[in-house]
Amino acid sequence: MVTMSHAATADSPGNAQDAHAHGPTGILKYIWSTDHKIIAMQYLFTGMFMAVVGAFMAYVFRMQLAFPGLSVPGFGVVSPGEYNSLVTNHGSIMIFWVAMPILIAAFGNYLIPLMIGADDMVFPKINRLSFQIFFLSVLLILASLFVAGGGFGGGWTSYPPLSSMSEYSLTKLGSSMWLLAVALEFVAFLLGGINFVVTLMNARAPGMKAYDIPMVCWMIVIASILFMLSVGPLIAGAVMLFFDQAIGTGFYDPARGGDPVLWQHLFWFFGHPEVYVVMMPAIGMVIEIVATFARKKLFGYKVMLYTVIITAVLSFFVWAHHQFISGIDPRMANIFTVTTLLISVPIAELMFVLIATLYGGSIRLTTPMLWALAFVAEFLIGGVTGIFLGASGADVYLHDTYFVLAHFHYTFFPIAVIATFAGLTYWFPKMFGRMMSETLGKIHFWGTVIPFNGIFIPLFFLGAGGQHRRIYNYENFPELVAGQPLRVFATMSLLVMLSFQLVFFFNLFKSLRSGKKAPKNPWNANTLEWTTESPPPHGNWPVDEMPNVYRGPYEYAHPDRDEDYWPQNLPGGGRNT
Amino acid sequence: MPGFMLQQASSYAADIDNLILLILAIVGIWLVVVEGMFFYLIWKFRAKDGRKSRYITGKEKYLKRWVNISHSLVLVCDVFIIIGAIRVWYNVKQHLPEAEAEIRIIGQQWVWIFQHPGSDNVLDTDDDIFTTDNLYVKNETTYHFHLQSRDVVHDFSVPVFRLKQDAVPGRTITGWFRPTLTGTFDIQCAELCGIGHGVMYGRINVQDAAAHSAWVAANSPATGE
Repeated sequence: MVTMSHAATADSPGNAQDAHAHGPTGILKYIWSTDHKIIAMQYLFTGMFMAVVGAFMAYVFRMQLAFPGLSVPGFGVVSPGEYNSLVTNHGSIMIFWVAMPILIAAFGNYLIPLMIGADDMVFPKINRLSFQIFFLSVLLILASLFVAGGGFGGGWTSYPPLSSMSEYSLTKLGSSMWLLAVALEFVAFLLGGINFVVTLMNARAPGMKAYDIPMVCWMIVIASILFMLSVGPLIAGAVMLFFDQAIGTGFYDPARGGDPVLWQHLFWFFGHPEVYVVMMPAIGMVIEIVATFARKKLFGYKVMLYTVIITAVLSFFVWAHHQFISGIDPRMANIFTVTTLLISVPIAELMFVLIATLYGGSIRLTTPMLWALAFVAEFLIGGVTGIFLGASGADVYLHDTYFVLAHFHYTFFPIAVIATFAGLTYWFPKMFGRMMSETLGKIHFWGTVIPFNGIFIPLFFLGAGGQHRRIYNYENFPELVAGQPLRVFATMSLLVMLSFQLVFFFNLFKSLRSGKKAPKNPWNANTLEWTTESPPPHGNWPVDEMPNVYRGPYEYAHPDRDEDYWPQNLPGGGRNT
Repeated sequence: MPGFMLQQASSYAADIDNLILLILAIVGIWLVVVEGMFFYLIWKFRAKDGRKSRYITGKEKYLKRWVNISHSLVLVCDVFIIIGAIRVWYNVKQHLPEAEAEIRIIGQQWVWIFQHPGSDNVLDTDDDIFTTDNLYVKNETTYHFHLQSRDVVHDFSVPVFRLKQDAVPGRTITGWFRPTLTGTFDIQCAELCGIGHGVMYGRINVQDAAAHSAWVAANSPATGE
């Protein structure tokens, strides 16, 4: 049986089957492997480690905000320079070294070949190179925190001239290392992205048509394309910024004919699509989980797919809503208000379709389902609060306040934390061959989601009360002193949330060692990854058992079948898509 | 929401607050309805023994209607918000009313420098009054400000005015405000500008006409030489 998937890998040098037969063994297996599942684990655990680093930073600066001048346990007294560096690197790390590696790289690498019935990525060695470059960027960003002058403190948006001229930032080495780390990270994801796109196009199981592809694979691939299209201008901008830093060019220096606002355009042209880059894989995972545990066919597969594509296209035309008050021509703001508010239409449609999928279901509230539903509930809050900021007239007041901060945490936290836990608890049995504890999982769930709201709801009020971001000590502002109890409440909620993460790590390691053995298909789901062993062997399926596909991925409760699910690889029953 | 928490001290503060309240009302209703629907469905269709889920393809007209109507309503709400937002934006940022006085505001790491026009009410003359940290303005007077930066990007923000504008090195950005309430209020720098960002605060002193004249007279540099 010559199939597309088998042909694609057989022709490529460094053929996955080959690498598995003669590949490295022992510890080298984990460093030098080209297996997509190992690379996914490398990304996953590196991302989790960086999440701990980012969370520690949040702990330190939130303690400073609640108790200014306190010697923070585990850190010490926070100086203004350290404060700026902490907030800058918290943002950078959580987006570039947590959300991206986990949502795109870890889940993309793990799920795409397994869900489309391929034995590996099409370019396994590029995949390995991608992780190695990513790992280098991790070392660089971590090292930048400890060099002379301290880590970069110019905000994750890195606006020049503060970021380009060391006499203003006072972190000559830190600024350059931050920039290089981000650039390396982009290279890693460009390599990974091309792999995802080619794999999805060329390596699908026989019979898997475009609308048979599980939604999460579509989402990761669309996100990768979006990333690749948007990152180019920023890379150009970053090169100019690096030249400004390192050899004193004046691309962003008005005294020498440059323009600082140029960077803002280049950054946000990437920066806004980037939000959707990390959002799409998250929504994709949520869709898989909701379909499985509601035992329901999606309410409109094509509608979901096309709303996401429309969102992706629109996201290229909204960037200047980050710059309403940055000195752009005020007339420009009107155009960007219109495009920004229009993006609410496809996103709302996507949410409606997702919620409509619950209708008529038989909903089982397992731990992954709780996370997936919490994603929808919390992300809606993040979505509607964005309307305030997209409306130029309201943004005049709310821009750069804690309202913005609370808004994007209500989008990024569901994306990078809630959806990640949803995906991790859902695919954990497949990844490690063992079940996680449901009881501990639910304790961890409630212990994370409730305090999360406790952190960020007060920040909406602080922002609406005029509190600006990135300020080291609010005691300097008489109008803001009254908000101190809210700051303390937010910090306390953070401490509660962080302490509940211990439950997760306990559950993780306990389940890895002694969890119940997982069957092939513990959730009775339809997609192809559940048709192989848990965990899948090298090459994912035995060579003569590569799956064929006969129907779409969400045929739950089909009237022609007794069981309430109908795996994609089972023949018979006509074609249903 | 902000109106209840902070005073409205400029002519356009109420407009901005009303826009925020309008958006709050619209998205608030949406949020409550959608979340309500969401939790209702989770409860209504929870797993029960012996009940199988229904096979719904999403092509059923009577069901699709629900999504399509909601979808169109979102678009209608967007139009209302866009109109409101652009109206306010036009008044605050795009349209410059006739000035009754002018001031120059210069940001630098990490202090605000203010150039007041002095007794002749004309900028860049010998009687200009320079201050740092404290800006003195006359109540019920339309001011044009010329905002500049000497080093990095700063942002001149007066929360009680609902005013915010970046100061960009190499540019002079002109905007306006009209104070409507006397008193002393916070000026915050709203754009991260280096290690001193958190201490780059100032105060704006809105004075009635008599107090302002007295202040100008008391602080005028010796003139007539």
